[in-house]
Amino acid sequence: MKATKTTLQHIRRSPYQSLAAVSIMMLTFLAITVFAFIVFGSSAVINFFESKPQVTAFFKNEATQQNIDDLRHQLDQTGMISSSKFVSKEQALEIYKAQNKNDPLLLDLVTADILPASLEISTTQIEDLGPVSEILQKSPYVSEVVYQKDIVSTLTKWTNALRIIGVILIVVLTGVSIFIMMTVIGFKVSQKREEIEIMKLLSATNWYIRWPFMLEGILYGAVGTVVGWIIATGGLLYFSPYLQSFLSGIPIFPVSPIFFIAILVGELVLAILLGVLASSLAVLRYLK
Amino acid sequence: MIQFQNVTKQYPTGNTALDDVTFTIDRGEFVFVVGPSGSGKTTLFRLLIRDAVPSSGSIHIGDWDLVNLPKNKIHELRKNIGVVFQDLKLLRDRTIYENIMFPLEVGDIDSQEARDRVEQIIERVGIAEHRDKFPVQLSGGELQRAAIARALAFSPEIILADEPTGNLDNATSWEIIKLLQDINASGTTIVMATHNADIVNSLRNRTLVIEKGKLTKDQHGKHKKAEHKTQDEGN
Repeated sequence: MKATKTTLQHIRRSPYQSLAAVSIMMLTFLAITVFAFIVFGSSAVINFFESKPQVTAFFKNEATQQNIDDLRHQLDQTGMISSSKFVSKEQALEIYKAQNKNDPLLLDLVTADILPASLEISTTQIEDLGPVSEILQKSPYVSEVVYQKDIVSTLTKWTNALRIIGVILIVVLTGVSIFIMMTVIGFKVSQKREEIEIMKLLSATNWYIRWPFMLEGILYGAVGTVVGWIIATGGLLYFSPYLQSFLSGIPIFPVSPIFFIAILVGELVLAILLGVLASSLAVLRYLK
Repeated sequence: MIQFQNVTKQYPTGNTALDDVTFTIDRGEFVFVVGPSGSGKTTLFRLLIRDAVPSSGSIHIGDWDLVNLPKNKIHELRKNIGVVFQDLKLLRDRTIYENIMFPLEVGDIDSQEARDRVEQIIERVGIAEHRDKFPVQLSGGELQRAAIARALAFSPEIILADEPTGNLDNATSWEIIKLLQDINASGTTIVMATHNADIVNSLRNRTLVIEKGKLTKDQHGKHKKAEHKTQDEGN
């Protein structure tokens, strides 16, 4: 109780230093939360694509219905196909119209002629996508084959790049926040050097002197984390409707509250460790 | 009570502050330590509260072996020794009441008990009317009383007073001596460093003379040892 009282007194007597310490912790944990969302979100997107093995073949204009049916029959005989769906030029136009119904200019420019007919094929296993796409590519009527392996590998590349950037940013911010907290707490310790000296002569244990400073570090960490988490989580919830339409079909939303709470708890543990580390380093010089 | 056996203290600078000093102080004694500035009086006090360790020799206070005292026991030792520092070491941003309360807070004493104790002490040393003032608002004699009050917080068996009359006029000095005599009369051992020949000669207590780090004279006076009393009797 006494230590808590002393800690609050320290904070009250130098509010701007405390604000600086809380702000840097807030920035660090805002970045950590945002990157946690990106990493978990992109993993969910990749998982979604990986769990739905699908390949799409676009046909050349000269391909007749007979050519397409023959190809479907050939694929069915491999036993790898779970389902296949033919999308004609007219259906492709309908889909295009539905996707761009708010942009009349785009609708005017496009007719059924320039959109290719396509075949969407789902395989029972993701490994079957390779052989199936090979069969499709060999067909003289197929102009292009797109299958999810490409999407997944592109997404994985992006996610990995984001992870590296995120880790670097978080490491730098964590380092900076430790230094700033050390400076703030170290400054307060040096301001109280005389008092600490007297405390020691008057039978105070090192822990009695250390605790208020440790608590101060923990408090900066905890408050910064909660504020950073609220901003990031609030931002994600606010942009959820936009993200939901952008990622339509991928079951990410609504995000479970347990996920948000788990992130907060993890971050609080990290923040407390950072606070303890920074304040211990700051006090170490005076309490050998 | 206090045993110094062949104690030498040499600082890393090569300066020998105390050189082969041996003496014993019994419980309830009121002993003066005299000597010129820099003779080693403050070092002797620092050794007694384990703020420094001797280069050689042994120091015992009761059952405490100060040379081999583990670091985590130093705070326990210091609860048994009240110190009136030469520069007082009162905290400027705390009131007199808070300054006296400070060691009890540090020592984790129950707050009600601590308040009762501070009330008693503050009355005993005669600064009750200054309790809510800050050190800067008090005179030299009042500050000395406040420092003595703080030294009494744990009802220690020993009080070390380093030049408590150093900056005081004659009349105030005698008031402080009277207060220390009262404390001694309740059984507390008092070791007081002083330059004041007038006081030393008048009281004719036991006097340890230290010159250039050596104990040159151990002059036993006419002062009778006080009977050790319990805290309640003392108060």
